[in-house]
Amino acid sequence: MSSLTVSDQHVTPATGKVIQPAWVRAMHWTNAFAMVLMIMSGWQIYNASPLFDFRFSHAITLGGWLGGALLWHFAAMWLLMVNGLVYLIVGLATGRFRKKLLPITPTGVISDVKAALTFKLAHDDLTKYNYVQKLLYAGIIVVGVVIVLSGLSIWKPVQLYWLSALFGGYEIARYVHFICMSLIVAFLIVHVALALLVPKSLRAMIIGR
Amino acid sequence: MGRMRSLLIPGVDKKLLVKDAVKLMPELTRRRFISGGASLGALTLLTGCDVIDNSSAAEEVLRKVSKFNDAVQAWMFNPDALAPTFPESAINKPFPFNAYYEIDDAPEVDGKTWKLEVRGLVDNKKSWTLEELYQLPQVKQVTRHICVEGWSAIGSWTGTPLRDFLKLIGADTSAKYVWFQCADKEGYNSPLDMRTALHPQTQMTFKFADEILPRAYGFPMKIRVPTKLGFKNPKYVISMEVTNDYKGGYWEDQGYNSFSGS
Repeated sequence: MSSLTVSDQHVTPATGKVIQPAWVRAMHWTNAFAMVLMIMSGWQIYNASPLFDFRFSHAITLGGWLGGALLWHFAAMWLLMVNGLVYLIVGLATGRFRKKLLPITPTGVISDVKAALTFKLAHDDLTKYNYVQKLLYAGIIVVGVVIVLSGLSIWKPVQLYWLSALFGGYEIARYVHFICMSLIVAFLIVHVALALLVPKSLRAMIIGR
Repeated sequence: MGRMRSLLIPGVDKKLLVKDAVKLMPELTRRRFISGGASLGALTLLTGCDVIDNSSAAEEVLRKVSKFNDAVQAWMFNPDALAPTFPESAINKPFPFNAYYEIDDAPEVDGKTWKLEVRGLVDNKKSWTLEELYQLPQVKQVTRHICVEGWSAIGSWTGTPLRDFLKLIGADTSAKYVWFQCADKEGYNSPLDMRTALHPQTQMTFKFADEILPRAYGFPMKIRVPTKLGFKNPKYVISMEVTNDYKGGYWEDQGYNSFSGS
């Protein structure tokens, strides 16, 4: 296989190995769909009682009003949570997380960030993540877990009072939930931009190769 | 007394109160929406694009998921789990006024002629005067009121546990709901599932911050349910009905999740 990835010019073998297995692709797009619904309805919910001195434009929110947005949010959450939970279980059980995302070393991250910022980061082998990717992908999984847990704390501050308390109470959990959303949106912008810059990575996430 | 009555909350300037309240819950769009006479069916759930056919199908799915969420929340509800309580120093002052109308439109109930009407599956359907209700044993709670909009505020409520009253009137506690009707303009009503009605912190509230419940917070009686979102805490209550029928509610009918437990 290594012979297929020796140069930049011949990186995507026509009949090469699977870069993204089917289960990863299915869960990736399910998550993308659920996440967009959650974010857009979440913005509409935020607008009902903003934490900061701004509101999201009605054009980019989902639900029309608070009641509609809540219906969307509490429907899409099941898709997001079930898909996310299965992803975590499979990722841990198959060793994919360990193989793909670890180790993450500070020196590796620093040198790859430098390379990325000077557009010198190689994408020879899409099956191997560079340190920037490792850090972002591992980080966004953690953010995904925290946004679900803080969301549950806001939804059920009495029944799940112990979880809510873990965040420092209902009000703080709202801020945590918002910050996680911001991180995910920031990730999304970078993630989509890079996928478009390196189209073969997008292709791999669609057809697997 | 006349001067006291002109203040919605004794000792609190109305303008300041409104100003503070608006800061806490600046949901003006909601009021605009409501005044537009919206119902769930009229909602454009998919905003920004015109997908009339899809939106009604989407609404149907969302409605079903909301029903499913009612069941999930009922399953999650632990009748022994108490809402966290706070020290008096944590109370938000002034506590926000909140309704789908302006503070000047809040019902003015005459405590002398008001009677709580009791209907449905109860042994004793006698109506209760405020004087009679004030004789019942009362307890105080300092809990967090959480609005469906997201904001929250800690308040102090004193009154009779609803479950004690239900016992007193011989209510059939195997019934599904206690349905409340209120004096708010356009009518306000809300169903409360029986398990929540029997929760130790669910309260017929007569006092706020140790004072007779002011008009802004639901005089003469509010149902305080710290295990539910704010809109499931009816104010200006005029009747309660113990029933097995789901009779809907002011906000529930417009699309807010019916269980809305916290």
